[in-house]
Amino acid sequence: MKRIFYYIFLFVGAITFLYPFIWMISASIAPENEIGNLILFPSHLNFNSYKLMFEKIPIARAFLNSMIVSSSITIGVLVFGSMVGYALSRLEFWGRDAIFYLIIFTMTLPFQITLIPQYILIVKFGWVDSYFGLIVPYLMNALSIIMFRQYFKSIPQDLIDAARIDGCGEMRIIFRILWPNSIPAIITVGILTFMASWNEVLWALIVIRDESMMTMPQLVTLFAVGGRAESQLGVKLAAATILALPIIIAYLFFQKYFIQSMASTGLKE
Amino acid sequence: MKKKYLPYFLVSPYLIHFAIFVAFPVGFSIYLTFNNWNIIAPMEFVGLANYKRLFSDATFWKSLLNTVIFLVIHIPLQIVIALFLAELLNQKIKFRGFFRAAFFLPVIVSGVVVTILWQQLYGFDTGLFNRLLVKVGLGKIGWLTDPNIAMPAIAVMATWKNVGLYVILFLVGLQTVPPQYYEAADLEGATHFQKFFKITLPVINPTIFMVVVLSTIGGFSLFIEPYVMTGGGPLNSTISAVLYIYKQGFFYYHMGYAATLGFFFAMIILAVVVIQKRLVEKDR
Repeated sequence: MKRIFYYIFLFVGAITFLYPFIWMISASIAPENEIGNLILFPSHLNFNSYKLMFEKIPIARAFLNSMIVSSSITIGVLVFGSMVGYALSRLEFWGRDAIFYLIIFTMTLPFQITLIPQYILIVKFGWVDSYFGLIVPYLMNALSIIMFRQYFKSIPQDLIDAARIDGCGEMRIIFRILWPNSIPAIITVGILTFMASWNEVLWALIVIRDESMMTMPQLVTLFAVGGRAESQLGVKLAAATILALPIIIAYLFFQKYFIQSMASTGLKE
Repeated sequence: MKKKYLPYFLVSPYLIHFAIFVAFPVGFSIYLTFNNWNIIAPMEFVGLANYKRLFSDATFWKSLLNTVIFLVIHIPLQIVIALFLAELLNQKIKFRGFFRAAFFLPVIVSGVVVTILWQQLYGFDTGLFNRLLVKVGLGKIGWLTDPNIAMPAIAVMATWKNVGLYVILFLVGLQTVPPQYYEAADLEGATHFQKFFKITLPVINPTIFMVVVLSTIGGFSLFIEPYVMTGGGPLNSTISAVLYIYKQGFFYYHMGYAATLGFFFAMIILAVVVIQKRLVEKDR
């Protein structure tokens, strides 16, 4: 008997979290007169909202921009994060602990304090309206360093010693020996970084003004607030769907990794 | 390459990045607070004028008050709902994976998408909530147009977006409680309440602390939700810390004053987190 109540609550909970997304997708493919009905199954499919969206805003270009930016940031964070993480966990050198504490300290620094000066830097570098402005400040991430450092510590020293005897340089040790043995750490850092940069919108709003350089969330945001959506709810929902879909699809495949990754960042606080 | 320099080569990307994108901005930010600057014209030294202006700036105080309103609603709501759902997931149930994944979905989706969806739910004439209210014979509520309700409405939305993460964290916490504790308590005839307050709560206390800290940081970082939904209105009732920095910096180009706001909010965040940490450590 108690069991039934558990399921009722859980089911209501699941509906509460899923319904808005299901409605978003089905309303974006519904005929115009049914969009506002809050129903889940349109009477027939209608891709007019998507057609209008492609006519009104450069969404394809924004999708490409977002892919370029998020992929570059993710690769950068993985490469640099593992280099620094390796040095901090496996090499002895003067100042190592100081650097480690510096990294911990920067993690606690609120971004509100660096926002304005970072923008001024981008202006002075001439990186406004460029991929550099979007990518370079995010190439390094304190949390990813800490995660790689932690994971590399668990790898047996014998493996590294054997590689050294075979004449491997340190770079080869990191990318040829440690990486294949650190798949969980790479997936965790990769998912967190890609997701965060795909969803980042404040920084893009600050450094990008030229429509052809805008990222997905930025373009969708400006479309939603800018009045260009007028009363066309369908187009707005189509744009939101395109923005959400890549992450949702990735989530369907790597659901466990997503949840573990996010939980691990929380638990480390 | 000499072996001795190798470690420094490996950590150099971090040090370079730190110098350019962390150390310099922090220093420059403090310097900016004593100046007026619109980036184009030469910088003008104004002493403490930005600080004086800050303390008499009604919008700054309003943004602080809004953040407090947001947190007062968001934090308790988040803890209660997350604990409740985590407790349910911790029972012997089927489809646990499905429920967990469903609760977690809003966490991974862009805040822009979530905001656009809730804008529809909160719509005055066509929104789901008002339609339901009308159906049960109640009047419509101006979720995003009533100055007293707009910020709480945003706090509820933020709870919906984030709560899945805390469900998972509480679940991890709950699963670390040794079952023998509950068995022993059952033998002693403990009630549900006693078990919850004496056994469960002390174990998940660190998680609660984390919810409070992360929510506080989140409250001060609130931006896209008011930006899309209300633009900070009505009557500045949803203007948040970051939205106000953004407006001063990138709308009016008051770089000096925007930096002062950023510096001040950062100090407040650090102070609040430190105080929260002290309180928790005292509790143990």
